[in-house]
Amino acid sequence: MDVTLLMIALATMGGLGFIFAGGLAIADRKLRVEENPLIGKINEILPNANCGACGKAGCYDFAVSLVDGKADPSGCPVGGEDTAQDVAMLLGIEAGTANKMYPRILCHGGNADAVRKMADYYGPLSCSAMDLVSGGDKACYYGCLGGGDCVVACPFGAMIMTDDGLPTVIEELCTGCSLCVTACPRDIIEMHPADRNVFVFCKNHDDPKTSKAVCSVACLGCGICARKSDGGVEMDNFLGVINYDALDESKIPFDKCQTGAIGYLVPPVKPETPESKEEGLPN
Amino acid sequence: MELFLIFFSAAIVNNFVLAYFLGICPFIGVSNKISSAFSMGLATTFVMVITTIVTHLIYHQILAPFGLEFLQYVSFILVIASLVQFVEMFIKKVSQPLYRALGIFLPLITTNCAIMGLALFMISKEYSFVEGIVFGVGAGVGFTLAITIMAGIREDLELADVPKAFKGAPITLLVAGILALAFMGFSGMI
Repeated sequence: MDVTLLMIALATMGGLGFIFAGGLAIADRKLRVEENPLIGKINEILPNANCGACGKAGCYDFAVSLVDGKADPSGCPVGGEDTAQDVAMLLGIEAGTANKMYPRILCHGGNADAVRKMADYYGPLSCSAMDLVSGGDKACYYGCLGGGDCVVACPFGAMIMTDDGLPTVIEELCTGCSLCVTACPRDIIEMHPADRNVFVFCKNHDDPKTSKAVCSVACLGCGICARKSDGGVEMDNFLGVINYDALDESKIPFDKCQTGAIGYLVPPVKPETPESKEEGLPN
Repeated sequence: MELFLIFFSAAIVNNFVLAYFLGICPFIGVSNKISSAFSMGLATTFVMVITTIVTHLIYHQILAPFGLEFLQYVSFILVIASLVQFVEMFIKKVSQPLYRALGIFLPLITTNCAIMGLALFMISKEYSFVEGIVFGVGAGVGFTLAITIMAGIREDLELADVPKAFKGAPITLLVAGILALAFMGFSGMI
């Protein structure tokens, strides 16, 4: 191949490229779609990982939804708090930390409180396996198995297993992606707004006698909280379920609950219920 | 008659999707609704026709006289990429819903091998300018036909009681295979 041919080839390709580039530049001018300039600005702030963790097709799609008000700035788990703040500032709204959802582990039956089965469990230490085979070695068929599926599922390291065999959420690391909720085979983990503080830390539907026999912190199903709270708590097959729309904290008889199954996530500043032993555990 | 044969061959007998298995990606990806499948077919047809025109001119007016035939791949890719960019801008301007419906598959026309294949077939079969355009239209119509038929079947498939293991991609690929078999019935006509 001689040099002239090379030069011609280069010139031809260069020329073609130049012509097409020029054509596209003109077309871009003529066919430009006027869109909200905010979309472009927000798109720049977003991580541009296009991972789809927000549930949109990509960062640009998320930016469009943000501007339309269809998405929440905190919806991007990759960008985290900082990105949410920046986006919220551009949009002129609150970053939505008020509605931030955290997973709450609604079982307090740790190793110290839950009664063991007669037989020990030997096998894969994953909740889904335990749940399939025999329900692990706790006697309660509703409680936390302690296998740590939620810990494995959390991509942000916000879920850790504590010494008593129950998982705990580190709220600083939690993005509210709710992967742990899906991972839990017993539906113990639920997403709740950050400001909710009263929970029934039990999922046991057994009758009072059985639930008392399997765990010392189970909801027995006595129904006293339901009777006193004017609809704030409803009984569902021997389990108190809080109806947050009708909940009035002051009407809940925390000290009347024999096992302390209903209680505060974080105890209020004035300790109102000193005998309820389970509250105060940071969940 | 010659032109009609070229058209018929490209559209039916040697259908790009069902006989050459080119452009399978959008064929599977955008064939879940008839309306968007048809639009995708039209967009691809448009790109195909313009591509044949431009590549024919470039090959016979620029590359061949200078003995630069070896540049055909590079320059064709350049042509296709620019054209797809243009079509994307055009559709975004004209129809936002269509732009959103086509989504990622619109820029992916760039990498649709049916279009590159079309340009290369046209050169290797030594078609004239008019024949090339007819060839492009035929290929586009064939693609539109295939993807629309596929979308029609898949819309009905939504209501069918498909075994769980076959749901989604497997049944789609099976249908595509059977459709290709059916089109084999045309082979040997020309």
